[in-house]
Amino acid sequence: MKRYSAFAIAREAMRQHTGWTKAWASPEPRTHYDVVIVGAGGHGLATAYYLGKNFGITNVAIIEKGWLGGGNTGRNTTIIRSNYLQDPSAAIYEKARSLYETMSQDLNYNVMFSPRGVMMLAQTEHEVRGYKRTEMANKLQGVETRFIGPAEVKRLVPIMNIEGPRYPVLGALWQARGGTARHDAVAWGYARACSDMGMHVIQNCEVIGVESVGGEVSAVATTKGTIGCKKLGIVVAGHSGHLAELAGFRLPVESVALQAMVSEPIKPCMDVVVMANTVHGYLSQSDKGEMVIGGGADHFNNYTQRGSWMHIEETVRSLVETFPMLSRLKMLRQWGGIVDMTGDRSPIISKTPLGNTFINCGWGTGGFKAIPGSGWAMAELMAKGESPLADAFSMYRFREGRFIDESVAAGVAH
Amino acid sequence: MLLLTCPCCGVTAEETEFSNGGEAHLKRFGPGSTDAEYEAYMFARKNPRGVHFERWRHAYGCGKWFLMARDTMTLEVYGTYKAQTTEPPADIVDKIKARRPEWEGYK
Repeated sequence: MKRYSAFAIAREAMRQHTGWTKAWASPEPRTHYDVVIVGAGGHGLATAYYLGKNFGITNVAIIEKGWLGGGNTGRNTTIIRSNYLQDPSAAIYEKARSLYETMSQDLNYNVMFSPRGVMMLAQTEHEVRGYKRTEMANKLQGVETRFIGPAEVKRLVPIMNIEGPRYPVLGALWQARGGTARHDAVAWGYARACSDMGMHVIQNCEVIGVESVGGEVSAVATTKGTIGCKKLGIVVAGHSGHLAELAGFRLPVESVALQAMVSEPIKPCMDVVVMANTVHGYLSQSDKGEMVIGGGADHFNNYTQRGSWMHIEETVRSLVETFPMLSRLKMLRQWGGIVDMTGDRSPIISKTPLGNTFINCGWGTGGFKAIPGSGWAMAELMAKGESPLADAFSMYRFREGRFIDESVAAGVAH
Repeated sequence: MLLLTCPCCGVTAEETEFSNGGEAHLKRFGPGSTDAEYEAYMFARKNPRGVHFERWRHAYGCGKWFLMARDTMTLEVYGTYKAQTTEPPADIVDKIKARRPEWEGYK
């Protein structure tokens, strides 16, 4: 792998940019690997990367039915934060956030992490109490957050109407170290690093069956033939239920569509991320100047990667009340992704009923922020059979009543 | 936007008039059942790619619960029927089989 650097750009500029090589190889699959990861999105690639980096396991294939990072990794609103209420959540999301800080250097790939600050608006008295509680919890967890009043909100985001009749801004939970990153670059950076370690990233290869011998996984059947493996990691977000069915067990997840959209690009007007959870609207301005808007999830099971019109209307209607200047913007694109929701709105990083098979899913509406932490924990679980970050997120917690209840605390869309 | 017909009052309306209530035809496991049965009843939904039987409520209409067959890959609604039904009625099953011959049937 050629290192990317200012010198490399200068060198290539001298020779008409003819020296760049492909960022990752596209090999044909071998017949057997030590580890097969299904799903080359952020979480799957991060799992493979940390298997190689932290545990030296590099005989790994990452297989993907579509193209790299074409699922939810390329469909989110790129928000990174770690202001969760419960200790296991704060631990893994804070690990992820801290890994994002050094990711560009670590991968030698610019993921454009921008710690511009994330503000979660409190627009009801209930939210004020909830976020003050989260602030206290975060202090104990060592996550830096602060509850700020309406005046400071207005100072940070001048375009906001804090005195709206229906959704007045009563304050906000402010995490100055949160922010955004470029989602495609995260997938590409990990893929490049994995490929450099000798791993195989195999695109356009769908898993159609899981084979086992004596209760342990032996191979996966794919559209490019059968691929043997000693260990299998399933990291496929919205389609986790389907893969689990192929592997012979059922998951406590349901798949629904979550939508987002971007406006036409405008001049810089907002340099933080604003999340308005009461009205299910998430807003930030991309480096291109587009206003990136995340909306609410549909309530019914859905695999179509497009959501209901009503949710766009609902999100935009309420955002316009809080940000009146948005009313004049034209929307450029709208899209949906299939998110896998668990009963307690916390993820699953777990062993499964099938031996040597592991699953990482259930990130619901907030998986992007967790990518490096999730990969770190999943890699440790797959390599060692246990992981301090992952253990609380076992899929058996539902049977045992050990919920990690973030459905209200995190204020995420659901 | 789904267009749904309430089998109770006969009104056809957009999905905003209805609310979704999750998977239908669940068999209840309560006291006396095993941990695995109770867990499955509480959390392990089928979540299929394809034909899905589900509960809906005509929330901003007659207020009644009813059941529905819908495709989660195409959002096609195969039909709605009364909530007092323990498994999908034959006419709905026939309609689904006509539209999707590869469907394995209700199980």
